[in-house]
Amino acid sequence: MILDSKIPEGPLKDKWTNHKNNINLVNPANKRNIDIIVVGTGLAGGSASATLAELGYNVKSFCYQDSPRRAHSIAAQGGINAAKNYQGDGDSTYRLFYDTIKGGDYRSREANVYRLAEVSASIIDQCVAQGVPFARDYGGLLDNRSFGGVLVSRTFYAKGQTGQQLLLGAYSAMNRQIAKGKIKMYNRHEMLDVVIVDGKARGIIARNLVTGEIERHSAHAVVLASGGYGNVFFLSTNAMGSNVTAAWKAHKKGAVFANPCYTQIHPTCIPVHGTQQSKLTLMSESLRNDGRIWVPKNLEDAKAVREGKLKAVDIKEEDRDYYLERRYPSFGNLVPRDVASRAAKERCDAGYGVVANDTNEGVFLDFASAIMRYGKEEAHIKGIENPSNEEIRKLGEKVIENKYGNLFEMYMQITDENPYKTPMKIYPAVHYTMGGIWVDYNLMTTVPGLYATGEANFSDHGANRLGASALMQGLADGYFVLPYTIGDYLANDIRTGAIPTNTPEFDAAEKKVVDEINKLVNNKGTKSVDYFHKKLGLIMWNKVGMSRTTEGLKEAIQEISELREQFWKEVRVPGSADDKNSELEKAGRVADFLELGELFARDALEREESCGGHFREEYKTEEGEALRRDDEFAYVSAWEYTGKPSEAILHKENLNFENVELKTRSYK
Amino acid sequence: MSQAKGLNLTLKIWRQQNAKSKGKIETYQIENISPDSSFLEMLDILNTELIDKGEIPVEFDHDCREGICGSCSLYINGEPHGPGKRITTCQLHMRSFKDGDTIYIEPWRAAAFPIVKDLIVDRSAFDRIQHAGGYISVNTSGNTVDANATPIDKHDADEAFNSATCIGCGACVAACKNASASLFVSAKISQYALLPQGQVEAKDRVLNMVKQAEKEGFGPCSNTGACEVECPKGISLENIARMNREFLAASIS
Repeated sequence: MILDSKIPEGPLKDKWTNHKNNINLVNPANKRNIDIIVVGTGLAGGSASATLAELGYNVKSFCYQDSPRRAHSIAAQGGINAAKNYQGDGDSTYRLFYDTIKGGDYRSREANVYRLAEVSASIIDQCVAQGVPFARDYGGLLDNRSFGGVLVSRTFYAKGQTGQQLLLGAYSAMNRQIAKGKIKMYNRHEMLDVVIVDGKARGIIARNLVTGEIERHSAHAVVLASGGYGNVFFLSTNAMGSNVTAAWKAHKKGAVFANPCYTQIHPTCIPVHGTQQSKLTLMSESLRNDGRIWVPKNLEDAKAVREGKLKAVDIKEEDRDYYLERRYPSFGNLVPRDVASRAAKERCDAGYGVVANDTNEGVFLDFASAIMRYGKEEAHIKGIENPSNEEIRKLGEKVIENKYGNLFEMYMQITDENPYKTPMKIYPAVHYTMGGIWVDYNLMTTVPGLYATGEANFSDHGANRLGASALMQGLADGYFVLPYTIGDYLANDIRTGAIPTNTPEFDAAEKKVVDEINKLVNNKGTKSVDYFHKKLGLIMWNKVGMSRTTEGLKEAIQEISELREQFWKEVRVPGSADDKNSELEKAGRVADFLELGELFARDALEREESCGGHFREEYKTEEGEALRRDDEFAYVSAWEYTGKPSEAILHKENLNFENVELKTRSYK
Repeated sequence: MSQAKGLNLTLKIWRQQNAKSKGKIETYQIENISPDSSFLEMLDILNTELIDKGEIPVEFDHDCREGICGSCSLYINGEPHGPGKRITTCQLHMRSFKDGDTIYIEPWRAAAFPIVKDLIVDRSAFDRIQHAGGYISVNTSGNTVDANATPIDKHDADEAFNSATCIGCGACVAACKNASASLFVSAKISQYALLPQGQVEAKDRVLNMVKQAEKEGFGPCSNTGACEVECPKGISLENIARMNREFLAASIS
């Protein structure tokens, strides 16, 4: 197999424009005869569905939730990047491109990233036109804030609910097309296989999650916008239902899977409270604009904090280690996520953690100095002379409440602690997966007619995603990239006519799905699906998590493979296949995670370097920073399925950097 | 995080096979629940115990578990989303309960939200109300005016945002004695009514969305304010007043 990225010729800044000028179009009358299936209704899927329908295609959209509005993009908090340079702080398309390439530790494609930066500004225009209520200043213009890994303010936001507002925007655009009959919406449906006819993706097999009915849906092209696979770790910030199934089934039908080991462990999540936990909660990166991260300087103090004998606020300034500010003076608390996460782990492993859970995992995120700083500003604005500390604190708390009120409330609900008065406790958690289905410049996978967008593909974030870039990529793909590039392929389908579903290919795909479901519900096991999912999660977190070693990865591969065998022998799925059965849904998803997990660990083992979110203990500098090996590993690892994860074949797409110089990332 | 000892609880849970069958309350005992656990983690533990005993677990809607997707929808001890103000069920923690408590858990009750199974209801009526006008008719071409071309008064923008934070969970309907969807419908209408982009279609939007809500079988609003009290996002009754003004203006013009 040869991986052809189909990157257009020409200078970087002209590639996208030239490409759009040169690809095939489908005329409006012919679009009416073409069907497209979109799986997933988050930012990538929702925006693609709406735009494709506006263009005139017949769209069928699928989501496992009870409404497209509930896809997990809704939970994104902090913001969306765009190179608008409204702040006049030197931002530009090139700078956003450069920050993204550098932030991704030089493991993404130049051409894709440049296009992303190029269309970013249109996203903001589009969303405002749709009525997305972004934050504004008193002059009525849009406000911005800063995120990790950059030196400009280019992040647009709607309090701590930016994902919600953008998704509701995409959902509203979908609603307009649903009302017109151009989108047929299938809620509470899960895609369980893709159907390939004559080498092309021509439909899917889906299960109606309410009735259990197995359905056949045909189309001229299939778009997977099914999100990431962070739930392979069991505990993550993903929604409970987020899964790899659609992507994995596509992989098994020929779509090559790229860089599965690139995982983002987000530095600011609420620490694990105990073994009864099912889900982790993120605290937005935007908090690092004003929060300072620290642990006690002395081991005894850390121990006393954990034992409840010492309060954070009683630790003197000189006894605190603001370790990010110490190690990275120029970016300070706003280093990229992978760097911040590893630094937290380093401190906690060394015994300075402040949370009394099994592993003492937790550090402080402290707003006291920001509260006082803002308080002084406010007192000045209000003309209060010689304000008392208490007055300043009150004014400052008000400012912080306006900026982050909902996040502070969320924190209080979960932990029963007041972050206005005492520092938050945070720790890294699995949040996003940069890896995903391999796609070319047109976002087409290695299966003709099968596309992947948003977090489901691998294309734009390299080995580490910058904050506020996931929303940008999802909407860029769905509103502005895929709707153009898909026409190039569909131009050959204008005379094909409707794709029949009564064919041997659909028969075979349906039979396979039904067989697997029957196997699960008829299994005479004794252990719940969660039993296996939790075990898988522990293997992944301990051996394929924030730091990885040859030995640990080899053990993980072995253990996951054994766990998978045990799963199929001993899992118990109660209830039947012909009505709402959440355990059956979970079982299918965990079965796929048990295969993906092994490939994930193999990919991590094969990549003998450290880059972005992938950190191998064997490859680090003397100061403990990630050590890339560009001579040998400046490529995309693309895995071809041949029957078992252990037998997957590795293909390499070399990454060529013509516009940026490969450098060691430094945030010092 | 507290190290308090676990809670032992009696759960009275609505079980119903499907929309057509009759449901009833079943009783379950559960032990040693950490006060730091969330309410839904407590149900996860119950379900694992049921599976281990060979019984059928309880079905309930949930997804993000961060209070934003609007999936979770439990009527707990007679209150949508249970005790505590401005939270969803998934944000409710067990420290809100005492050792030995009995907890009643039921689905949303409304004719327009038929039960799917156990604690899951069908809220697609909310989607259909949005299809009737919950959008601004602008194509997603990206060829719109610059985002800063039209300044918007910060107070209006903030108010529009406050209305737009509705998560569509349906607690307002469940709290209302008339099962009215007025708070939900008015939140969407308000978001657009407060923004210049929403003005062009404002009249059709309010007429069509209100009509659709009636068609779905939601009841009329009698201004008791129960919806506002139970709304996890604090959507204000002012939205309903604004919707009524918009509706009146659209009806007579």
